[in-house]
Amino acid sequence: MRFETKAAPDATPAVRAVGVGKTFGTRRRAVGAITDVDLEIAAGEFVSLIGPSGCGKSTLMRIIADLDAPTAGTLEVFGKSAKAARLDQDYGIAFQQAGLLPWRTVLQNIALPLELHGVPYAERAERAEQLAALVGLSEFRDHRPDQLSGGMQQRVAIARSLAEKPRLLLMDEPFGALDEMTRERMQGELARIVSRTGAAVVFVTHSIPEAVFLSDRVVVMSPRPGRITAEIEVPFGKDRADLLRESPEFFAKVTEVREALHGTPVERANER
Amino acid sequence: MNVAAERTLRIVMPVVVGVLLVVAWWAISANQGRVVLVPTPAMVGEQLVTYPDLILKATGVTALNALVGLGLGAVLAILLAGVAAWLRIVDWMVAPVVAAVAVVPIVALTPILNTMFGASSQFGRQLVAALAAFVPIFINVLRGLRQAKPVQRDLFASLAASGGQTFAKLTLPTALPYLFTGLTIASSLAVISALVAEYFGGPANGLGTAIATYAKTGKSSLAWAHVMAAIVLGLVFFLVTVLIQRIVARRIPA
Repeated sequence: MRFETKAAPDATPAVRAVGVGKTFGTRRRAVGAITDVDLEIAAGEFVSLIGPSGCGKSTLMRIIADLDAPTAGTLEVFGKSAKAARLDQDYGIAFQQAGLLPWRTVLQNIALPLELHGVPYAERAERAEQLAALVGLSEFRDHRPDQLSGGMQQRVAIARSLAEKPRLLLMDEPFGALDEMTRERMQGELARIVSRTGAAVVFVTHSIPEAVFLSDRVVVMSPRPGRITAEIEVPFGKDRADLLRESPEFFAKVTEVREALHGTPVERANER
Repeated sequence: MNVAAERTLRIVMPVVVGVLLVVAWWAISANQGRVVLVPTPAMVGEQLVTYPDLILKATGVTALNALVGLGLGAVLAILLAGVAAWLRIVDWMVAPVVAAVAVVPIVALTPILNTMFGASSQFGRQLVAALAAFVPIFINVLRGLRQAKPVQRDLFASLAASGGQTFAKLTLPTALPYLFTGLTIASSLAVISALVAEYFGGPANGLGTAIATYAKTGKSSLAWAHVMAAIVLGLVFFLVTVLIQRIVARRIPA
């Protein structure tokens, strides 16, 4: 099956942010959402943005998606402006809520991006079938969203985000509303899907184990003002088995990210 | 309870209620001793059988008035709701007017309209029905046009959908169930408003005129026969709207 992404020159980074900032409100009572964010994400790289609520990780993702505009700095997606990248459909996006259209079936929801972009019916039907199979929902192809569980709805949203074979996937806490068991299974499936598509991923989360399990690099952010405070490489390779979650290396990385989040080594707090 | 029994009960129960109401009516009219004031069901039934042409003709006039009014009110309401949803300022401008229109007494309005369009014109009555139908449709459609969730709007923006595409594939399907809620309420309102408008002058035809005339001239049985026709007409309007809603909902379930 064809799940490869649109061809990309390897040298161009998927995302390059230089001094990006965003303030909300008027000048006098401006509230800084993020300030001075420098971030480069290579093609095919899986990067998690992690941090407490209000650290601006969702804002950063929305700026990359061109759903919000930065008030400072420059941001490029595959060497173009975020707007050009959006209009060229270089990225696919999955939100915290599935955001499915309740009057459409699973297949029709998955095919929505293709339909909007004028892909002929036969072609988009075939593509939607492939994607439904990829996320394990072939049996539910003609079901409507209200007949699906939360996890299934989220899988439909992920399939939809892959419809245009994007080189970049933006995911804003897509598993936030799921229970722990479903969540771990979905993480495994996402890792499998991403390794097959080779897309770069920006993954917003506030779960440390989730970030470590999925990412090549974890970007730690802190609030007031929202900024990047640490970047941690997670060199576990592309094919990650569920057993990784129980390995000492995994725990070591989880601890490292946790310490970066809290700002102080956790052991030191215990020694006192 | 199994499904078949439930289905049977759902049909039987309203019939039982209907029979009980007729029995109660009979008991009241018979015991009152003044059947001129409250005729028995048998007397009303007799009139229905004796003058079917007369009653059907009056019903036809009222049906047309209500239908024209409903259509006119619906078209105006949908257009204006569309503009109000699109431009906030229009919403601010028309919101108080709509609230005022909702409470305009038909009794006061009808004589004015009859004078404006002439005593032989049905248009004044149709306009009253349109006014009554307009309010619930406008309010519901306007609400419906705003029901698309932020995450769905973000999705369409991220997919670089045009304004027209977003309207056709997101805003409109989201609003459809609300349109039908408004239409269902408005359909009964249009019938009763047309009827009341007929009651207060204009051409000498229609159910309203008939009820007023026969009630005043002591033919209360015939007046009540026309009331029966009015009830049936209202139910037909309601049921047709529900039927259309079912057909559309099957194609685009909410």
